[in-house]
Amino acid sequence: MAKVSMTVNGQNVTRDVEPRTLLVEFLRQHLDLTGTHVGCDTSQCGACVVHLDGRSVKACTMLAVQCEGAKVMTIEGLAQNGELHPMQAAFREHHGLQCGFCTPGMIMSAIDLVQHNPSPSEDEIRHWLEGNLCRCTGYHNIVKAIKAGAASMGG
Amino acid sequence: MYAFEFHRPSSVADAIAALKAASDGKLMAGGQTLIPTLKQRLAQPSDVIDLGGIKELHGIRQDGNSLVIGAMAKHGEVAGSDLVKSVIPGLHELAGLIGDPQVRNRGTIGGSLANSDPAADYPAAVLALNATIKTDRRSIAADDYFTGLFQTALADDELITAISFPRPEACGYAKFRNPASRYAIVGVMVARTGGGVRVAVTGAGPCAFRLPDFERALAGSFSADALAGLSVSPSGLNSDMHASAEYRAHLVRVMAQRAVKAVR
Repeated sequence: MAKVSMTVNGQNVTRDVEPRTLLVEFLRQHLDLTGTHVGCDTSQCGACVVHLDGRSVKACTMLAVQCEGAKVMTIEGLAQNGELHPMQAAFREHHGLQCGFCTPGMIMSAIDLVQHNPSPSEDEIRHWLEGNLCRCTGYHNIVKAIKAGAASMGG
Repeated sequence: MYAFEFHRPSSVADAIAALKAASDGKLMAGGQTLIPTLKQRLAQPSDVIDLGGIKELHGIRQDGNSLVIGAMAKHGEVAGSDLVKSVIPGLHELAGLIGDPQVRNRGTIGGSLANSDPAADYPAAVLALNATIKTDRRSIAADDYFTGLFQTALADDELITAISFPRPEACGYAKFRNPASRYAIVGVMVARTGGGVRVAVTGAGPCAFRLPDFERALAGSFSADALAGLSVSPSGLNSDMHASAEYRAHLVRVMAQRAVKAVR
């Protein structure tokens, strides 16, 4: 077993884990943060996207022990004082989901985009979503939601 | 995933020591290939040595007329670097075509080169730009580095520390990508360098390779039309569910012509 300490959604956490524990397993099984989903388990679908030190990563393709000392943000960390994050609100407003399985990863990915490109074009949004698969919506409303979310984030 | 011991050294020397002490140790850079491989139980290392904590492997800097990229520089850092964009715009563009944003936020240039996947993008750039692979013990010229399928000139216990790219006069990259994985089915970089024109191909063969007859044609006339009459033999090229060897051979010329048009 290895001891790992990191900050998850602003809280310091320390746990003993097997080195082979994936970050997504650590979040879901050790911390009960089940908003981060496992879709494909082969690094392709993006349902497990979280932020690591402010950048989006696939939590199924990292070990928890690699996150020693890092700041991790999951979908559960976005809403503040009961208010949805502007990107979450935009996904709801623009119906950027149907079954909702890909949504946490989509939202985490979108926020990374907007933090580094405050007013992305539709083309830039579609390119950015290369690592996030949605099997319901055809992406149209997701793109609309991200454009609106970017605007309300101040872009 | 099988169990393993985990190490997170803070220096190159400690990483090499941990590797030597392990019965079957594996260095891990960004882990974007190694972790999926471990998850599928296609590898069973006794020890995984994470290079993420070694500061000396990070960073991108200019050294005289060369761009020196630390082995642990992530694809996203190269794609987001104003320095890379100003010194070697074609390399900057290539990095932004690797995988997807989340893979680019973890995957590293050193990891890509050590792995030498036949469909990776960076090998084309390293060969076309006549880069030098710096390791913990020596410098390896690009022309001597790629030796076969997932094979390189690296010794089993050798670690890439940085890659030095001499600034070309101009270069361009064109890639026919697998629409699902974003890997190169065929990728070609064309560079005009102080040492002449260099054309390097990835995705088509067991490892990246140069095309001397394409280079000669472009040295005579640097235009896409100069390549129009040339062809590549499918013999020895990769053939899989995505593309036959014959199709890859065809794509090599088409991508080379597109790369010439993309040169800047």
